Amino acid sequence: MPSAASATRPATQDAPAAALVDAAAELAAAVRGEAGRWDEHGALPDEAVRAVAAAGLLGLDLPARHGGAGATPAQLGEAVAHLGGVCGALRALLTVQGMTAAALLRWGGEAQRAHWLPALASGDLLAGFAATEREAGSALAEVGTRIEDDGEQVVVTGAKRWVTFGQSADVFLVLGRTDAGPTAVLVEGDRPGIVREPVTGQLGLRAARIAHLTFDRVRVPRENLVAPPGLGLTHTAAVALDHGRFTVAWGCVGMAEACLADAAEHAARRVQGGAPLADHQLVRSLLARSAVDAAGARALAERAAEARAGSPLGAATETVVAKYAAAGAAKAVADRAVQVLGSAGCEPGSRAGRFYRDAKVLEIIEGSPQVAELHIAERLLRQGVRG
Amino acid sequence: MTDTAIEIREFLTVALRRPVAPDEDYFALGLADSLFALELVVFVEERFDIRIEVDDLDLDSFRTAERIAALVERKRAGLATGGETGAGRAVRG
Repeated sequence: MPSAASATRPATQDAPAAALVDAAAELAAAVRGEAGRWDEHGALPDEAVRAVAAAGLLGLDLPARHGGAGATPAQLGEAVAHLGGVCGALRALLTVQGMTAAALLRWGGEAQRAHWLPALASGDLLAGFAATEREAGSALAEVGTRIEDDGEQVVVTGAKRWVTFGQSADVFLVLGRTDAGPTAVLVEGDRPGIVREPVTGQLGLRAARIAHLTFDRVRVPRENLVAPPGLGLTHTAAVALDHGRFTVAWGCVGMAEACLADAAEHAARRVQGGAPLADHQLVRSLLARSAVDAAGARALAERAAEARAGSPLGAATETVVAKYAAAGAAKAVADRAVQVLGSAGCEPGSRAGRFYRDAKVLEIIEGSPQVAELHIAERLLRQGVRG
Repeated sequence: MTDTAIEIREFLTVALRRPVAPDEDYFALGLADSLFALELVVFVEERFDIRIEVDDLDLDSFRTAERIAALVERKRAGLATGGETGAGRAVRG
């Protein structure tokens, strides 16, 4: 494992955040032709991961004192949309790194921040978020992974599923439980007792190097506990998931806009029976609905970004709204894009076809639409109490 | 009850959609959903212009309106202990 303490000064520290948004756009454009193959082969290559790190994108929104570029939520969102519009696994890399970093920035102690954040910002360490279990998906309070104190260290035992970049991550933010309740702990990936089982052939995000993980009495120092025992879900994981929803929302904005562009281009060019597809009113209807869905998703993602920057009190709910809307838009726009593209949308390597599969996964993760609706309605009902 | 405690009670009453007594443990009553803790911390920080650090998060400091008010008063008076990290606490039980 690379030493976090010896993390090199990340390139991000000198680059203004706005330039990094451009760097994300350039990187996305450069790998656009590769992403389909990554999906087919089931792995984002190490060179691509290194390119994202070298561009300074992994520490985008961390403060400069922790090795980041201090990007605003809006800048982070734009960068993520560029990557998300090309490859769901690239976007997922920023999502999981950002989730772990956000949790540590908010609820890590000063020593933990100093130890972990510069290495996460530079990409010297890649993080995974290990929360989901067979019996704990949306209901994360049910996690059964045990975190026990053996007098010298804490011992982690349990089975985690669907860990994005679980095949390759250097450190995992693990949600388990102590007698005090849900508890979060950082577990380095090279500790004895960790077994990684790669997941292949799943519906979407096939290049995101997803793994199921088993922790068999994995011992870590007590210093790896994040926040007091009992607050692992309500505080640590809640911050991570909130950040994850924000970047997933923006990734979905990028996917919707990419699918809209592919559909419009195809409709304008493809001639059938002597007429371009775009001459058919029903095709125009599909394009118009997709244009409105994509624009609406972007507007709500921007609203969430503004809330996170300015009036954070409502930011968590605005982020749920943005993720809900953007994932729905990505799914609908990808669906219509495949429809317009026809066989071209179904063939191997089709971006719209890949995003059609990815969008369904993104609709489910980081808060399903059903959970989001409960949350949004609950906040609405509060206004009645306020009178 | 202090003004601080009254304001916190008002926030809790709206957020939990029922009256909350100053010494009522709303977490134990199961009234809080998954984003409530996040919103509560943000409210306290914004409204009282303080920064809640991990060291302020012992299990009990946010359990009731009165305890949150006491934490706010301590932080405002600059009496809150700082410096120690949240890591390294013994796992309870």
